[in-house]
Amino acid sequence: MKEFLIDILQNEILVYVLMAAVPLVWIIPFALFAVWWERKISAHMQDRLGPMRTGGWHGWAQTIADILKLIQKEDIIPAAADRKLFNLAPYVVFVGSFAAYAAIPFSAAYVGSEINIGLFYILAVSSFVVVGLLMAGWASNNKWSLFGAMRAAAQIVSYEIPVALSLLAVVMIVGTFDLQEINRAQSGYFWNWFVFQKFPLLFVAATIYFVASLAEVNRTPFDIPEAESELVAGYHTEYGGMKFALLFLAEYANMFAVSAIAATVFFGGWNSPFGDFMSGPVWGLFWFISKGMAFIFVHMWLRWTLPRLRVDQLMYVGWKVLIPFSFVIVLGVGFWVMLAR
Amino acid sequence: MLTEFGRVFLFFLVGLVFVAGGLIFAWLLRPNRPYPSKLTTYECGESPIGDTRVRFNIRFYVIALIFIIFDVEVVFLFPWATVFKELGWFAFIEMFVFLTILFVGYAYVWRNGDLDWDKPEPKIPKYEKGVGVRETHLMEEEVVA
Repeated sequence: MKEFLIDILQNEILVYVLMAAVPLVWIIPFALFAVWWERKISAHMQDRLGPMRTGGWHGWAQTIADILKLIQKEDIIPAAADRKLFNLAPYVVFVGSFAAYAAIPFSAAYVGSEINIGLFYILAVSSFVVVGLLMAGWASNNKWSLFGAMRAAAQIVSYEIPVALSLLAVVMIVGTFDLQEINRAQSGYFWNWFVFQKFPLLFVAATIYFVASLAEVNRTPFDIPEAESELVAGYHTEYGGMKFALLFLAEYANMFAVSAIAATVFFGGWNSPFGDFMSGPVWGLFWFISKGMAFIFVHMWLRWTLPRLRVDQLMYVGWKVLIPFSFVIVLGVGFWVMLAR
Repeated sequence: MLTEFGRVFLFFLVGLVFVAGGLIFAWLLRPNRPYPSKLTTYECGESPIGDTRVRFNIRFYVIALIFIIFDVEVVFLFPWATVFKELGWFAFIEMFVFLTILFVGYAYVWRNGDLDWDKPEPKIPKYEKGVGVRETHLMEEEVVA
């Protein structure tokens, strides 16, 4: 894709800027669709209909109407808030989650930046979000916001270790952080995907990654930072209008990012499940997005299946279950790789 | 000519420009009519009581400290993971020793109770013959009184 665009446009910098904007072209329609989709899924799981009127067919234009409303909404900054940090927080949260897309390979032909430490970079840059959340919670000078932000920070920080360790298990087999290389190592039929390799070690690693990534993006059953029934809305209680929209967009962007990493590292990324059948750069994009959306669907499904954990249960799961298990997985994979050398 | 990290930097710039653009666009459209009661902090409709920035539970700090230790150790694990196949058994056992040292600390923290958070202790209603089901703490108060 890069060479092709450079041939057409004859300007390398312009091409790179365009390529950096590609994930944005995906994130915005995705978020608009996913909010509507989540409302429909929630509704149908509860035997309701959800939005039905806006736009005609099953309320498909509901989120477009929502975003139009949010753009026109007055921006209220509470008098007690720290104005500078309050305004800065949406930037930090969104840029942090968007920057992670720089290393996610959407297809064999497109990856934002071919850095050889892709996976490591994603783990590092997604920690930006924590800073933004704390900033938002602290600057709001609201008790709900501060509680939500503190809980979010403690939770995201705790679950970062199992995430990193479960991804490490795959890195130990491939020997690189480059996500394109990890994709190529899984080419062929679906039994080459890492989730089915070194059975059952990597299957457990994939499970650990999925559970911990739910906590990373504050989804149910780990949604205590935003627990609507106790904390109003968590760290974005005081946000409204466009700033709220951007925080919300960042949340959905994060959701897709963690799903995309799960799809790439454990489920073959842009590889077709059937070898050469339906493979190629364009089909690659199709497979990658389908796999990502499948994980998003599970995120939404779990929201109506599991109740919210308490704070002490959350810490128990993170520190006393996931971390020891992920260490065992890392050592087990290490032994396997050394013995099979 | 841009390096690959230059392209990563472009992602940061595109993100910043998008957020700024969105906010400026909204700023052009939206009304701005603040008045004092609109700008009060939300606290379920009541006037806010006291300051928000009070002293916080020490556990958040302890968790952050433990996290830093684990995170540094994960940072050491990552470069090792890419090369340990070539380095052979020596590197593998080295890392095993390193993890064992970390594990001793982990066991200490676990034993010390720093990983436990306060659990709610449910007050189980007690049934007494002739009295019916009552909250136990109510009964204790009655005894004291």
